[in-house]
Amino acid sequence: MAKSARGEPLIVMAGVEKFFGAFQALHGISLTVHSGEVLVIVGPSGSGKSTLCRCINRLETIDAGRIMIDGEPLPEEGRALARLRAEVGMVFQSFNLFAHKTALENVILGPTKVKRIPREAAERQGRELLDRVGVGAKAGSYPAQLSGGQQQRVAIARALAMEPKAILFDEPTSALDPEYIAEVLDVMAGLARDGMTMVVVTHEMGFARRAADRIVFMADGRILEEGAPENFFDSPRTQRARDFLARILTN
Amino acid sequence: MGVITDNLGLYADGLLGTLKICALVAVAALVLGIVLAGFRVSPVPPLRAVGTAYVTLVRNCPLTIVLFAFAFGLPEVGVNGSYFIFGAAGLTIYTAAFVCEAVRSGIGAVDTGQAEAARSIGLTFSQSLRLVILPQAIRAVIPPLGNVAIAMVKNSAIVGAFGVGGELYSVANTLNGARGEPALPVYAGVVLGYLIIIIPAGLLLLAAEKRFRVAR
Repeated sequence: MAKSARGEPLIVMAGVEKFFGAFQALHGISLTVHSGEVLVIVGPSGSGKSTLCRCINRLETIDAGRIMIDGEPLPEEGRALARLRAEVGMVFQSFNLFAHKTALENVILGPTKVKRIPREAAERQGRELLDRVGVGAKAGSYPAQLSGGQQQRVAIARALAMEPKAILFDEPTSALDPEYIAEVLDVMAGLARDGMTMVVVTHEMGFARRAADRIVFMADGRILEEGAPENFFDSPRTQRARDFLARILTN
Repeated sequence: MGVITDNLGLYADGLLGTLKICALVAVAALVLGIVLAGFRVSPVPPLRAVGTAYVTLVRNCPLTIVLFAFAFGLPEVGVNGSYFIFGAAGLTIYTAAFVCEAVRSGIGAVDTGQAEAARSIGLTFSQSLRLVILPQAIRAVIPPLGNVAIAMVKNSAIVGAFGVGGELYSVANTLNGARGEPALPVYAGVVLGYLIIIIPAGLLLLAAEKRFRVAR
């Protein structure tokens, strides 16, 4: 549909249903993310975008359907699940940097404790990553001493440090002051250019148009549209998408 | 007040004895209490059940009964030891239940995003607890842990009443009970002894609270 040069299927969701009590958050979601692809999920608040994103690394359990990562079914719990999560990075809306650890300590915790990389090597790699996202000078700072944009870039470095097969971004710029949004989007666009597989839930339509290989539009827990960014933004097929775009683009 | 100055050596020994019991119990109860708190928030139901049962039973049992069970009950089933060991063990078991609940409230106060971030980089449950959640939880509950510590120091007097000997309470027993010295000055000296332990300990905790405060 979207991009011609496409890798192997990396994340496959089939018939995924999710309930919060009596409320159904996801209705029969089937979606495939290919290796190297940048998939951007857009839609109105409460449409299930974040829930979908969080199901992929099982921060939310699912009630029906199945999810495969790189050909393996998503483990339900225990060490197998921890191993899988190490392979799928996640960047949160509220950054969630470990509050009692410096930027560098945040980045090397996973490599030293999960991958058992010696501390020196992990620190070297950690400093390189912090440099790559432009916060190398803040390696010794605690999260509370950093701006939102700096925190989110450290969080991206923390995800990258695990050398994941894919990274999930759950509204990574929604909690940022406007002046910090660009610096985080720039880092994400850089990752996209480098071929990282990314699933991005966002309200940043400019980023979606520029960086996405494919757009998924969700409303009421369903995928209503799926296609190349130019098709979606220039000629949305559904009324819901037209309404959504009209509202968000006039703002 | 002559009775205090005349028996300074006895008081000093008592003070040291109480300090010894309290230091031992503080460390042991902190470790046991943290482990129990880990049980109580564990995803493994049997561990949660053990943690809950422990706290429900021990926290609601008078300390005197716990100590009776240790000092007199254990020898009946063939477990022998000194009164010091039994007393310290009993006070540890009792205090750990309160440490557990203080730490558990701290775990509840740590933002859920911290645990989600820990899981998302592949840490197992026990790793997230040990490396991410507990270090923040314990910092947050230093003041209530201080309350538990103060109660524990005072409870060590009950351990003394079980005849451990060589601690502050037994000083009063010796001077007032055995030698017939007047009670008021004797007990005033004992109170002074507890204050000498508790007030600096409180100041230390205050310093620790400031030093380890996690900025958010």
